[in-house]
Amino acid sequence: MIEGAADPGLYDPAPARRRFTWPGGKTVAVWVAPNLEYYEIDPPPHPRRKAWARPHPDVVGFSHRDHSNRVSHWRMADVMSRHGFPGSVSLSVALCQHHPEVVADAAARGWEFFSHGIYNTRYAYDMAEEQERAIIEDSIATVRAATGQTIRGWLAPALTHTPRTLDLIAEYGLSYTCDLYHDDQVLPVNTRSGRLVSIPYSLEVNDHYGFFVYNMSGRDYAETLVRQFERLAQEPGSVMCIPLHAYLIGQPHRIGPFEQALKSIAADGRAWIATASQIVDAWHEVQA
Amino acid sequence: MSLDPAYLHYPRRAHGYDHDLYAWSALHQRPPLAWPRGSVAVWVCVSLEFFPILPADKPFRAPGHMQTAYPDFRHFTARDYGNRVGAWRFLDALAGVGATASFATNAAVAERNPELLAAVAAAGHEVIAHSTDMNGTIDSSLPIDAERALISEARDRLAACGITPDGWLSIARSQSFHTPDLLRQAGYRYCCDWVNDELPWRFANGLINLPLNHELSDRQIIAVQQQSADSWAQSLEDAFDWLAAEAATTGASRMLPIHVTPYIMGLPYRIAAFEHLLARLAARPECWFASGAQIVDQFTAQEAR
Repeated sequence: MIEGAADPGLYDPAPARRRFTWPGGKTVAVWVAPNLEYYEIDPPPHPRRKAWARPHPDVVGFSHRDHSNRVSHWRMADVMSRHGFPGSVSLSVALCQHHPEVVADAAARGWEFFSHGIYNTRYAYDMAEEQERAIIEDSIATVRAATGQTIRGWLAPALTHTPRTLDLIAEYGLSYTCDLYHDDQVLPVNTRSGRLVSIPYSLEVNDHYGFFVYNMSGRDYAETLVRQFERLAQEPGSVMCIPLHAYLIGQPHRIGPFEQALKSIAADGRAWIATASQIVDAWHEVQA
Repeated sequence: MSLDPAYLHYPRRAHGYDHDLYAWSALHQRPPLAWPRGSVAVWVCVSLEFFPILPADKPFRAPGHMQTAYPDFRHFTARDYGNRVGAWRFLDALAGVGATASFATNAAVAERNPELLAAVAAAGHEVIAHSTDMNGTIDSSLPIDAERALISEARDRLAACGITPDGWLSIARSQSFHTPDLLRQAGYRYCCDWVNDELPWRFANGLINLPLNHELSDRQIIAVQQQSADSWAQSLEDAFDWLAAEAATTGASRMLPIHVTPYIMGLPYRIAAFEHLLARLAARPECWFASGAQIVDQFTAQEAR
């Protein structure tokens, strides 16, 4: 990025927009991004951001998120598997140490992993270059040791960045970033070296926004997903992401309506249900 | 620019939690629990709260507390409405379906509303300790001696009203790192503060946690998320449907906590939604209405096998 500029120059403001279909003639690529996270109960302070709203232990904050790793991961994952949706996991890589059982379950389902930092309670703001390199190298090594996979993507821990984040992940050979929300299509990102694209993730249909920004009921959120899909399916070459947190979508009052939404998207016929890497690779093929 | 090197050290990065309060366990891998009848224990928990018109803010101001400059007649009286009127509507609704419930009670409510607590006892409901009054909040900024004294005071004042609870609910479910030990030392069998699970589990010190889902509470869905009473009831019924199906598929019983507040769900225009929900659940063969203590008893008995 161009530091200090009003437009940080992350991407071409007016790209040549191509309309195309995905494999099988599908108009919209749909991917599901479960965030498999570990939040520390008593993390060290960061000068720019508090980890918890309450003094440690923030019992509700911590234990709500712990619900993912005891109960709701499996509930959410079973629903996804039942309707043929693989996960592309935004992973707090320290989960590989704390709860390898959860990571193993996701790996056994054939899910893809990308990095969401070490912990969702450690923020990248103000890191020196060697510190940011350390968390990228840690992510690559940790996921490789736990799953055999080489990560290809990055969603910054708790969405915290430095001006060099995109350059560094491209330099380490990663293929995609989930941190930019400027489009409904895969598009190139400007970096010093390497070949990085932005894949549409989503804040607006992220379950966290649905339930804690827009205060939707489970049924309202399911309807939101269906409407998002309906519009994007009319715009060939677009991507729809469903970003999830098991402790939210996997609550017993929300998972039923969510399952109905997945079922209807899967049955529609216009969706190419894929992983993030499959979508990025297919996009590169269309450009070639 | 650079962060303190310690920020990239992870001394607790190892199998299990980064704390020693309790051990990790996945719900779907545990031996199944069975209830005396039905497959979904429906635990109605009513909070009986007294908000002093002088908020203490030590260590923090409870949700629902005073909001205007002193004297805040508006919120003092609107909250007290719950103890004078709303709670009685709950008692009638529970009696209508023959449900046994829990009442998480500030000691101050037991003292100020003895006729209400007598009716709670006469109906066979359980009382759970819920601190002294809504100024009796806990977090890590409270010195341990003050926290111990608060827990003792709540217990002693309830005892003076003839009530010896088994369970404890912290205000806003907020604890310090010491709270599980202090509750154990004060003789409590269980607390309801940690929302990480859907069945009872034990802390390392032996205290039981009975998870009272905050996301399903009337406070969260109606007061915070500003949904209607009907939307709340629909969400609870959706949750029941899911849990009943999960119990049928797995052969393992489930629990649905319904946390309600007299000044929220006990209002005239909302109470019917609560009554209809109870009636619809009561008609389901999977439903077992139970108090917190009854659920904990089942957990303890089956844990020993």
